[in-house]
Amino acid sequence: MITLDNLTKIFDTDRGVVSAADHINMEVPQGEICVLLGPSGCGKTTTLKMVNRIITPTSGRVLINGKDTSEQDTVSLRRSIGYVIQQIGLFPNMTIEENISIVPKLIGWDKSRYLKRASELLEMVAMDPAIFLKRYPNELSGGQQQRIGVIRALAADPPVMLMDEPFGAIDPINREVIQDEFLKLHRELKKTVMFVSHDIDEAVKMADRIAIFKEGKLIQYDTPDDILSHPINDFVKGFVGRDRALKRLQLVTVAEVLETESSVVTAEDSLATALQRMTDAGYERAIIVVDGDGRPVGYVSRSVATTTKGNCGQHSYNLRTLVRPEDDLRTVASKMFTHDATWLPCVSEHGKLMGVVTQRGITHHLGATYKSSRAKEQSLQHVRVAP
Amino acid sequence: MKGPEKSRLFQLPVLIGVFLLGVYLQRSGLIDGMLYYWEDIVYLTNQHIQLTIISGSLAIAVGLPLGIVLSRPRFIKISEWAMQGLNIGTTIPTLAILALSMSLLGIGFVPSVFGLFIASLLPIVRNTYTGLLGIPAHLKESASGIGMSAGQMLLRVEIPNAANVIFAGIRTALAINVGTVPLVFLIGGGGLGELIFTGIDLFDTEMMLAGALMTALLAITVDILVAACAFLMVPRGINPSRA
Repeated sequence: MITLDNLTKIFDTDRGVVSAADHINMEVPQGEICVLLGPSGCGKTTTLKMVNRIITPTSGRVLINGKDTSEQDTVSLRRSIGYVIQQIGLFPNMTIEENISIVPKLIGWDKSRYLKRASELLEMVAMDPAIFLKRYPNELSGGQQQRIGVIRALAADPPVMLMDEPFGAIDPINREVIQDEFLKLHRELKKTVMFVSHDIDEAVKMADRIAIFKEGKLIQYDTPDDILSHPINDFVKGFVGRDRALKRLQLVTVAEVLETESSVVTAEDSLATALQRMTDAGYERAIIVVDGDGRPVGYVSRSVATTTKGNCGQHSYNLRTLVRPEDDLRTVASKMFTHDATWLPCVSEHGKLMGVVTQRGITHHLGATYKSSRAKEQSLQHVRVAP
Repeated sequence: MKGPEKSRLFQLPVLIGVFLLGVYLQRSGLIDGMLYYWEDIVYLTNQHIQLTIISGSLAIAVGLPLGIVLSRPRFIKISEWAMQGLNIGTTIPTLAILALSMSLLGIGFVPSVFGLFIASLLPIVRNTYTGLLGIPAHLKESASGIGMSAGQMLLRVEIPNAANVIFAGIRTALAINVGTVPLVFLIGGGGLGELIFTGIDLFDTEMMLAGALMTALLAITVDILVAACAFLMVPRGINPSRA
């Protein structure tokens, strides 16, 4: 857990006194990712760097798991905090193995232990130790280097990690991949992470909580969903973008809006049966055709069923696309637009029909938090506006 | 055409040329003439090497720490002045340095070593200083953010990454040093300068060449030695010759 208590930094510059961080109060709970977000010069990086005392606070305190960092030895404090920077900062004179082993070596692990740890970490980010351990940083691509940057910070298993725009210099395609990898690592390791970003999409994707900064002040500190659905003022509204409702799609998975499909038909059923079941279940447009194992194979539309005779197998249309319960709604919406569909069937890992996602279900879900007063109250508890 | 093939193409003419030159020198009696001074050559080369080794190692022993100290943030104010001073120092001709050294310490071995030491000190300090200042800020931030103390950062990150520049300084310094040693004959320091200057005074080409060729040979040898050190000691990740 990281607690910032009235944290303030004032710089004396040529243009006068600048407060880069102004009485910041916030708390990052154990095991969560907190993204500090804001335009450049808003104080997010200064705030981050005060946690490991790269920048010394003018006043206020930083507590890690309840312990005041200013009372600890700076060097050992930093060894207990993973640190990743945008420029990566791998040491070009050292091999990948040496780079990863730096902190374990500094805190006195024995050789066999830190060498084993280096291989283990490389495997965690899907890089073959046999190939990469003995290479030098300049022999790796940017994306590979940043993976090493991240696992180097994880090497000594620190409870807390600070990341300063870690994926900012990586091309968009690789960035997505590394973000996913990091989230996967995070789910296993449950570090408390403070993460600086200027990219709202990255923040929405990575964060358990987002802290929005402006001119050294913490404007809003909330979960991504609440930031997007209840921006506290025009600045936050402007920063999250006019398409904030669409961005929220990314936060919701299919499983949350799934409507179970109780009535289905098989290929052998007659169209009359199909029509009867549609009417009974209240399906307006179509019914899904499944095979013997419950796998969807097609659908019969209501108009066909009312006008034609025969069995369902002969008169079904192919399903254009399927979704999975763990897909986010942004993907689903995109698939719906691509295939001009208002509903999509959702299947399990084994291809079994689990239910359908409908456009109405999605809009209903998104609309719900706007209306619910419960969510509003909850979000107001998280909001702390700087004095 | 690839590198090795090309060099093989040139090897033969060069070998023939060297052979013909050797034949010519032998016929003209120049080699015999130079070998006449063999004992002098051996003795003076020894002296020459001693002067280089002693003054060179002194310069490295003083120059490296001095460059490191000047590059530390707390000295940054005075280091700008110090570097300006050293830059002016570099413009003084080495002969003038020897003359100044003689007026200070008299003649003989000590003023010679001192003069050579001063002449080779400057490139070492300057390259160490600029090499260390040139370490990217993000490497230093990364090192201190990871929890390295200032000393660990210097030894494990800063010096290894500045090693190329520092070695270039040492190479320049030793080249200047070997080339300047003949001049210390003028302030009573000995060395191969004795053959060169005496040869000039006596219009004895063979004597002069014996000294000059040996000096050239030494200069090349020292340069190769330093290059070999750099090749072996600069880590592979930042060593352009081992990429």
